[in-house]
Amino acid sequence: MTAMDFRFAVNVSPKPGILDPQGRAVEGSRGHQGSEGVSCVRVGRRIEVTVAAADEDAARAIVERLAAEFLSNPLIEAYVVEAVGAASSTRSGVPA
Amino acid sequence: MTVRIGVVIFPGSNRDIDAINALDVANAEAVPLWHDDVDLAGVAGVLLPGGFAYGDYLRAGVIARFSPVMRAVAGFAADGGHVLGICNGFQILTEAHLLPGALLRNRGLRFVSREVAIAAERLDTPFTHALGERRALRMPVAHGEGCFYADDATLDELEANGQVLFRYVTADGASAGGEDDRANPNGSLRAIAGVINAAGNVAGLMPHPETAVEAVLGSDDGLGIIASFVASAAERQAGREPAVVGAR
Repeated sequence: MTAMDFRFAVNVSPKPGILDPQGRAVEGSRGHQGSEGVSCVRVGRRIEVTVAAADEDAARAIVERLAAEFLSNPLIEAYVVEAVGAASSTRSGVPA
Repeated sequence: MTVRIGVVIFPGSNRDIDAINALDVANAEAVPLWHDDVDLAGVAGVLLPGGFAYGDYLRAGVIARFSPVMRAVAGFAADGGHVLGICNGFQILTEAHLLPGALLRNRGLRFVSREVAIAAERLDTPFTHALGERRALRMPVAHGEGCFYADDATLDELEANGQVLFRYVTADGASAGGEDDRANPNGSLRAIAGVINAAGNVAGLMPHPETAVEAVLGSDDGLGIIASFVASAAERQAGREPAVVGAR
């Protein structure tokens, strides 16, 4: 069986209750920019990866482990893994 | 015989020379170890210096955690070897789960580079026994992610186990108290500046004792920490039971 490429995004954000000084700074400055009614800003990061595996479940398992052990710190961050593209035959790393 | 202490150099370490100098002042021989070394060259103790290992990409310390040398450091620590992490070295030890907690971005958002005061909460550990007494120790901080965080249950447990090793204090030695106290440079919870593991052989702190080891540097208050660490590593290597080990 040949491996196929699967592309995922891992969205990492500060856990509820964890101080997020970046979010607070954005929230504190939104008035200068002119947006009204904005609150509860949390700043996280999004990491996109391509994984070669036999099928999507296998690929997702690899990404889940990567996210849990490396891309996020479970003490302070939560993450969500999201598939962001169908299997492609190239490994360019560039989303279609 | 001079005790040999390893100083791990990662791509982006920048306080390694300060660490080597401090070990020299403490009459130890510094042994530079490279991030992709797979063994520790028989050193008696390991110091993880400050800097920005791997550019602090993703999270400070996390990429360094997976470097080959850290596998050796983890094994050394599991065997009871003494490991001291300073600043970025402390961040690496928390990411490697060798120390509890996490270091968040400073509460004030800014990189903080100035002198602070800390005090040892315990004088009976391998990293503090040479300090002699509890007093304010002046030394610099230089970090953007130094806000010590753990959940309340973990903080209570650390306090109960005697694992809070250093706290930020005012110049007269009173605890910095609140997260917004000026003496607490980064908003660390419970003003925690450094912690020790439950086994008592791995410690980390955000301030820089290694750059406060000679009067000419503005303070020599950090020397007691470096000297404690060196003496403990030497005792362990000589096969003597260290005078003090472990949590309370």
